[in-house]
Amino acid sequence: MAKRLRVRNHKVVLNRSKGGDAGITIFLVLMGLAMFLPMWYLLITAFKPLGERNMTPPLLYVIKPTWQNFLDLFTNMNSTWVPISRYLANTIFISVAATFGCLVLGSLTAYALSKIKFPGRNFIFALIRYSLMISTTVAGITNFFIYVWLHWLDTYWISIVPVWASTLGLYLMKQFIDANVSDEMIEAARIDGASELRIYWQIVMPLVKPAWLTLLVTTFQSVWNAGASGYVWSENLKTFNTAIANISTVSAGASSAGSVVMMSVPIIIFIINQAKIVETMGSSGMKD
Amino acid sequence: MADTNIKANNLNEHGYGYAGKPMTKGRYLRIQMKRNWAGYVMVLPFVLIFFAFTVVPVILSIALSFTSFNMLEWPEWKGVQNYVQLFLADDLFITAFSNTMLFAITTGPISFILSFVVAWFTNELSPRIRAIVTVIFYAPSISGTAYLVWGIFFQGNIYGYVNGWLLKMGIINTPIVFFKDTKYIVPLCIIVALWTSLGTSFLSNIAGLQGVDRSLYEAGAIDGIKNRWQEAWYITLPSMRSILLFGAVLSITGAFGFGAIVNALCGNPSTDYVAWTLQHHLTEYMSTRFEYGYASAIAVVLFAIMMIANLLVQKFLAKVGQ
Repeated sequence: MAKRLRVRNHKVVLNRSKGGDAGITIFLVLMGLAMFLPMWYLLITAFKPLGERNMTPPLLYVIKPTWQNFLDLFTNMNSTWVPISRYLANTIFISVAATFGCLVLGSLTAYALSKIKFPGRNFIFALIRYSLMISTTVAGITNFFIYVWLHWLDTYWISIVPVWASTLGLYLMKQFIDANVSDEMIEAARIDGASELRIYWQIVMPLVKPAWLTLLVTTFQSVWNAGASGYVWSENLKTFNTAIANISTVSAGASSAGSVVMMSVPIIIFIINQAKIVETMGSSGMKD
Repeated sequence: MADTNIKANNLNEHGYGYAGKPMTKGRYLRIQMKRNWAGYVMVLPFVLIFFAFTVVPVILSIALSFTSFNMLEWPEWKGVQNYVQLFLADDLFITAFSNTMLFAITTGPISFILSFVVAWFTNELSPRIRAIVTVIFYAPSISGTAYLVWGIFFQGNIYGYVNGWLLKMGIINTPIVFFKDTKYIVPLCIIVALWTSLGTSFLSNIAGLQGVDRSLYEAGAIDGIKNRWQEAWYITLPSMRSILLFGAVLSITGAFGFGAIVNALCGNPSTDYVAWTLQHHLTEYMSTRFEYGYASAIAVVLFAIMMIANLLVQKFLAKVGQ
């Protein structure tokens, strides 16, 4: 005879031990602190005046918060030959251009791979899956030759065009379309005489907004955070990221302020879109 | 699927169309290609760029790895000589190889397990708290240069947080130069890498856990599952197998792509090459010595171990919950 099940609100109450609950809570709190403290430390360092930054041991709170570090970052650093605003503008330009192209090409391709049954699509998708398994370094050497051949060394193109074919966002979107848009609906639209481009734009895209946003956010994050390409030498083409890494050796305050500026953009974008992104990830599974 | 296509092409069950021609495989393929031409047009721009910057470079690297090439002269065929030299005559490569393996074997599985365990534990929280906790764990992975804060944390002078505390507690007398000391570099870099590693796979675990059918848990409880650990092993993990595989793939790629963190925190090269990885070795031969054939051989080794790791993990994950 099985033991009686506990029921609350007509739902079976799952077996949960008090000890397990406590252990999990402790684990989560400790891990959460380990994850959060460095971020917090960075945030307050950015707002600490010089005197407080040099206290031993340093405090985990700010006595007199100041904007001075941010001012330093944007005014003093401007006296160097490339102003910090130029680096920031580069990062913004590259991120937007790369993300936009990736969104257009990625969503078109995801739709075609998912809903148009052309011979060869499985092969292309298999290559895309395999590409997720290797880091980009492996292709790095030959990429260099291709850049030389295209005369792209020391230009923005290097940081933008390869991203248009980045595979993670495309993969997520294809899986999401597979899971959420039925073949029958597309077939019906085709019988009604809609062109593929129209089905893509007017039927599928509105249905997969979460995936669309996810592609946008993940691509933007990775480009925004990407370090400078090794093939860009002109100081006025380099990204904000590079500038901060260089400043970090000069001033901990200004560098922290820079890091805070840098990280707040992707974090805020993520918080706004969190629900949609998590929804998309639900269909991210890889079938073997 | 084949059935519906035969109908769509007005073919009878013997494979004859109304033109009376026999339906060969080639003809069927041509019809399909013609009917779905729009698909090729739509994937073309992506495929062109994808091939130009990923597929072709990987294939070319494999070819170049059997040559000696300096970009000025036509590549000279050398057979497996590059590989022989790598494994038998290049001590620094062996250092790089074992460091890469060490980083990958520690950060890969730990980040993979962490992203599942944390997601699993947060899954029982209320939706609003779960959203906040998700942001806290996910934020470091999308914060770009934020890991530089570890440099301030473990600064090598008395102003560093850790040194400040250790001095105050009387554990040490002089500050430790953490990122220059061979004893601390590798463990610290691993910690920092782990700190930034709860990324996309973590999110997909969170989503996957919410997608597990609750009725399965209730059925499990009726069938005598005693606690949450059994529940995880017999119900949650098997129903998330495909998501776990996706997470594993990303963890492996991340774990072998280790290098930027070392450069930023320890300088390049790190003291006594203790954190010298295949990435560093590759960059060295490519950007400083211009020996592209040899560098390609390093890239191929990296490629091979990533593929092998993926294969092994797929085999392993197939056994989960059995």
